[in-house]
Amino acid sequence: MTMVQVEPTRPAGGDQRRRPPSGTSPARRVIRTGFIVTAVALVAATFTYPFLWLVSASLKPRYQVFDNLLIPREVQPQNYTSLLDAVPFLTWFGNSLIVGIMAALTVTLSSALVAFGFAYFRFPGRNVLFLLVLGTMMLPAAVTLIPTFLIWQELGLSQTQVPLWAQNVFASAFYVFLMRQFFLSLPRDTFEAARVDGCGYFGLFWRIAMPLCKPALIVVFIFEFRASWTDLIRPLIYLQDEALFTIPRGLKAILDAFGQGGEQQWEIVAAASVLATVPLIILFFCAQRYFVEGIATQGRKG
Amino acid sequence: MSADVSTAPVAPPLSRGRRWRAAWRRPETRWAYLFLLPWILGFLIFTAGPMLASLVLSFTDYDVINPASYVGGENYQRMVEDPQVRTALFNTLLYTVIHVPLSIAIALALAVLLNQIGGRFAGFFRTVFYMPAMTPTVAVGVLFLLLLNGQNGLVNAALGLFGVDGPAWTTDPAWVRWGIIIMSLWTIGGTIVILFAALKNVPMDLYEAARIDGAGAWRQFREVTVPMISGSLFFVTIVNTIASLQMFTEVYTMFYGNAQSQLQASDSALFYVIYLFRQGFQFLEMGYASALAWGLFVIVLIVTLVQVKLGDRFVYYEGDDR
Repeated sequence: MTMVQVEPTRPAGGDQRRRPPSGTSPARRVIRTGFIVTAVALVAATFTYPFLWLVSASLKPRYQVFDNLLIPREVQPQNYTSLLDAVPFLTWFGNSLIVGIMAALTVTLSSALVAFGFAYFRFPGRNVLFLLVLGTMMLPAAVTLIPTFLIWQELGLSQTQVPLWAQNVFASAFYVFLMRQFFLSLPRDTFEAARVDGCGYFGLFWRIAMPLCKPALIVVFIFEFRASWTDLIRPLIYLQDEALFTIPRGLKAILDAFGQGGEQQWEIVAAASVLATVPLIILFFCAQRYFVEGIATQGRKG
Repeated sequence: MSADVSTAPVAPPLSRGRRWRAAWRRPETRWAYLFLLPWILGFLIFTAGPMLASLVLSFTDYDVINPASYVGGENYQRMVEDPQVRTALFNTLLYTVIHVPLSIAIALALAVLLNQIGGRFAGFFRTVFYMPAMTPTVAVGVLFLLLLNGQNGLVNAALGLFGVDGPAWTTDPAWVRWGIIIMSLWTIGGTIVILFAALKNVPMDLYEAARIDGAGAWRQFREVTVPMISGSLFFVTIVNTIASLQMFTEVYTMFYGNAQSQLQASDSALFYVIYLFRQGFQFLEMGYASALAWGLFVIVLIVTLVQVKLGDRFVYYEGDDR
């Protein structure tokens, strides 16, 4: 079992382990490290280049998009204003923001609740139910796509944004698993002490466990926000009205209207892609340590 | 969890049934189920219910407008005979079989190099490698539609530097699948982060011991590194495989939708979930799509079970003497 800690710094003495082979001379060591850094830097440049290419393309006049020059020969920021004139991009932006926050907020609260139930209590059926939780993580989303659509249609909500987040009220297996690990890492004495002081079970969860697990809550929130921000298949199924589109659905519409289906106005498509990406990049830089720690934790399960 | 003992009532051994009933009388049990209620409801309404419903639907002909009519195993028979299912399955499996090992190998190589560098530099490069994974999936599709452009794309421009005349990745049916693989390698940041974190946890004295025993770099990698991170390797294999079998967004963005690209006719970019989605929501063949969904479920189940079985043999768990 793993303790989950969201910590930006490496444990003290971590550098101790990293000492290179004792047999090599300092000069050779420097050369070796320099060689590795150069190689990694080259790969990193390859990973970064597509971003720069995209930003650059979004600023070029139409017939220079494919000239593959990093610095545009002519800078044409009007691409962005033409985009905003042509489609209600800001509306989509707002829609994605609302859907994303609703999805993230509901899933964080409900998953924490369920995770606490699994972590704190001993009760009949606990192991079976937890295995079931793990099992649903493997279930392909496509299997339940159609009946879920029929449910929302029956409820008269199939043409709204509600199906994009409402299921999150019922917790999500992956986050339950993640948060349970956090809760299990809390010292049990804390809870027992609070119990003695007359704290109820819900109080244990809300006033003790939740504040202690703030980093975990942030991890779940930003993960789900990101997932919601990039989801295409559900907006394709549920949203027909352009005014309700989210960013991915809107971007696909732009590609179909301006890109290959339209007049090959790739500079507009590029500008839209940049605008769709920037919020997530900002989110990533603001919450980088949570992302990195949250992902690293996934691989340490069990 | 020794502390839990204090909350369990000390009682003489009871029969299973009596113990169960006694447990239910405890308020703690009722509270636990209260906490679990959201998930239990969600499981019944949005997982178990829909799975049963789609099983039932898969034996019917249903187009949303008219009531469903029972057709027996017709949908399954159609599935077996449908050449497009065969193509979609082939494309999806080919993608999975190539993408999963390739992406893990590259991610592992980069993670090992990051681990060699260590310190601040490694953290910086990790951020750079992870950034593409933050790009919205639709934007990834759009971006690579441009980068893989056969005439002027960046990928072919880069190949041109080495004197290679790159193919038409986005329009030539023979090359589309490989273009998709190239795209998929850009977003391996998550795998790199997981493997890098695992590598950092390998105790250094193991390498020291191996070195004293005369093991070179490659043997250290094979006999220390790989076993020590086999749990994480296993995890990324399973997760990436399940995700690959469900590949949808990038490819749908690039080749499907309102704009009829000429590729749709060749089916060389037809993935299983794309076919399922089109049958269900564009042609409103909900019965047939449900049969396809159950087909996918069975495939994912079998593949995962096989991997878990194989994993048991290769994964080294700490404290395990095998």
